[in-house]
Amino acid sequence: MWRRPFPWLIIGAALLYAFVPYFTNDVQLRESLLLAAVYIILASNLNLMIGYAGYVNFGNIVFFGLGGYICLYLVSDFQWPLILAALIGGVAVSALALLFGLGILRLRGAFFALATIGVNAAIQQVITNFEPWGGATGIYLALDAYAPLGGPMQALWTSYLLIVALTAASLLASYVVRNSKFGLGLIAIGQNEDAAAVLGVPTPLYKALIYSASAFLPAMAGGLYFFKSGIIEPTGAFNLQTSIEAIVMVMLGGSGTILGPTLGAFLYEELRGYLLIAEAFSHFQLVIAGALLLLIVLFVPGGLLGFIHRRWPRTRRWLE
Amino acid sequence: MIGILASVIDGVLVGSVYGLAAMGLTLIWGVMNVINLAHGAIIVLGMFVLYLVATALGLPPYGAIPITIALGFALGVALYWIAVHRMIGRPALMSLLSTFAVNMVLIGLGTALWTTSPYNVPVAMPGVAWQGYTFTGTHIMAAALAALIAALLYLLLYRTRIGKAIRAVANNREGAELSGIPTSRILSLAFGLGVALAGVSGTLIATLFPFTILSGEAYQLKSFVVTVLGGLGNPAGALIGGVALGLIEGLATPFMPVSWIPIVEFGLFVLCLIAFPHGIFALKRS
Amino acid sequence: MTALLTLVGLGKSFGGLRAVQDLNLTLNEGEILGLIGPNGAGKSTVFNLINGIYPPDSGRILLEGRDITREPPYQVARHGLARAHQIVQPLLGLSVLDNCTVGACFGRENLPLHRAQDVAREVADSVGLGNRLDTLASALTTAGKKRLELARALSSRPRVLLLDEVLAGLNPTETEGMIQTVRRIREGGVAILMIEHIMRAIMSLSDRIVVLNVGRKLAEGTPHEVANNPDVIAAYLGDAQLMANVENSG
Repeated sequence: MWRRPFPWLIIGAALLYAFVPYFTNDVQLRESLLLAAVYIILASNLNLMIGYAGYVNFGNIVFFGLGGYICLYLVSDFQWPLILAALIGGVAVSALALLFGLGILRLRGAFFALATIGVNAAIQQVITNFEPWGGATGIYLALDAYAPLGGPMQALWTSYLLIVALTAASLLASYVVRNSKFGLGLIAIGQNEDAAAVLGVPTPLYKALIYSASAFLPAMAGGLYFFKSGIIEPTGAFNLQTSIEAIVMVMLGGSGTILGPTLGAFLYEELRGYLLIAEAFSHFQLVIAGALLLLIVLFVPGGLLGFIHRRWPRTRRWLE
Repeated sequence: MIGILASVIDGVLVGSVYGLAAMGLTLIWGVMNVINLAHGAIIVLGMFVLYLVATALGLPPYGAIPITIALGFALGVALYWIAVHRMIGRPALMSLLSTFAVNMVLIGLGTALWTTSPYNVPVAMPGVAWQGYTFTGTHIMAAALAALIAALLYLLLYRTRIGKAIRAVANNREGAELSGIPTSRILSLAFGLGVALAGVSGTLIATLFPFTILSGEAYQLKSFVVTVLGGLGNPAGALIGGVALGLIEGLATPFMPVSWIPIVEFGLFVLCLIAFPHGIFALKRS
Repeated sequence: MTALLTLVGLGKSFGGLRAVQDLNLTLNEGEILGLIGPNGAGKSTVFNLINGIYPPDSGRILLEGRDITREPPYQVARHGLARAHQIVQPLLGLSVLDNCTVGACFGRENLPLHRAQDVAREVADSVGLGNRLDTLASALTTAGKKRLELARALSSRPRVLLLDEVLAGLNPTETEGMIQTVRRIREGGVAILMIEHIMRAIMSLSDRIVVLNVGRKLAEGTPHEVANNPDVIAAYLGDAQLMANVENSG
């Protein structure tokens, strides 16, 4: 894998992405790049489910929110170091996802999709009533939580760099999976699950594994993101709209490809930038996103990359 | 004890409306193997039709019902040609996403029009008193109307030529096509019917409870639970399933806070799907 | 003669319909066993039971002595039984090579990716798809898709292959080619259980034939014996053309 250029491109791009704002100390740039990075993480990992295995995880935001809660809880109540807390968040959410996954992945199509929405709603509801985690108000981080990292200013930069690292990891993970036997099995499942089973692909195991794997990095990202924000509360942590936007990003850029979700995230963010002029337009955000999704599904189901691949078939080889 | 019984009976009444909603969903699934993720949004639109008719226009509330049926049918046919037609035969993922996209558009437009504030349409209906409990008139009326509409649907499906065509297409699309049935048109009619049923169930629910533009989600979940209980593609099962769900809600309501009920339903949903993938009253599909 | 696949007292009902009843059947190493019978006789059901699509109500299925009765399809495949379906199910978005690689990766040998690709290339070549490895499955002709179905099944290096009407929809030249291919597969050491309606083909290919009717075994024997069996003739009596075919090849 390291002999091909692609992984190095990702690492190179990530280094640029991380250090340009850092060395220019451009906070505004950092903030907008950070948001984009988070969306790329969400979209890329979601792509593992949608684009490879063909299962739409409508409630994917639950990994992000739950990871955020676990990390912030460990940092604020037990003074754990950030990286460890985020890591534990990732591991815990993946483990839970594996457990849940074994159950709900027996469901096909829309039932699975609805079950994921249900999981998100249920966990949001449970946490809203869970006092140790702040109930409906959530968890606030006191300023001294940032002290181990050298104070708030430095902590914000550290969080940013770590998130960019996670973004690179997400893309690399997509690449590794895609070119592996595991990935081939997943894609077979996405094409035709029954045929894949007859061919010997262990479908229940693979589905549960990818569901669990697709939870890990978003959960860690949630930990870092909410640490940086200093606060986490149920409505923001489990926001279904963000979940849906991740789906639109994957479809927009091209599901099943590696760069697709990244492209989609950037394009969608640009679009949102134009629309987010006034709070009043936030409702139209949903309308636009919906109309966009509909157009993509109807006319360009392969998204931007799919369109490029069809128009210029040679790009298939290097533009994954 | 009587209190619980009253709650259960009330649950059964409301449940029949859930059953009606689920019938719309299960009809579409049974005929064209598409799960309409805009179902919840359409239920909400039905609610707002009641609001517009009764409050804005000042017409008698139950007059909204034929209006919703007509509008719902038209909307359904339009939605079929816009978002569903090209998805037939493609992987299920595609129709999921396209109907979900429609859902987003509808909810987005609805929010822009009506915001997320609660709406309530007071409907005056004399109740029935029994053993110190009063069964609200609107609940009884809603159940009666749901049963009536279900009966009309049955007549349509089993006693008319169109109904026969729908059942033929549901059973074997290629065979129906070969017999000269314009299957795409029939599918659009079936979709229109399903949407009309969802819409009118929303109108009925609005006579019972206050609502917001976001209420659709909870009722969509209930519809899915019912569809799973009753078996996909089985309208009669949907009605029975709806009543069963209402019954379960009636049993649960005295014992737990309202906000937990959707979670119980969700849990039930997932359990049922895992235990009975084809529904409890499933039609035997090979 | 080692028995590779044994069905013992197999039974399956759907609602009130007894699709398969008390079926005993043995497929031996190096054998081509034909499974014929009028429509609705239960042949497809038998295949579905063998490769785990649904479990039988009664009876057992043994593959190389191992009880695979209730195993899910992917485990059956892992144990060395592959199936080519009547209604082909190519993985449309994948190339011919990738389709076969899936078979090679997840079949009996459980190969790693690169070795699997080598096997896939070999197998695709052996059925005549060697020059179309990079073609998307969706771009193949019907005949091509049928060959892909077969290649995919073979890529998993099975010991037992279930062929479900692989000759349907082929023109005479293609049919002859497929018949040769099936013979080559047997020579390669794979035992074959095949369902077929094209009498000429199955009579000439099969070492033995089992005849099913309304879920039960009606007759068993060499093609010649079966063709002259009065019960078999009576069961097929409704189809004069079929009878003519049977008589001509007997």
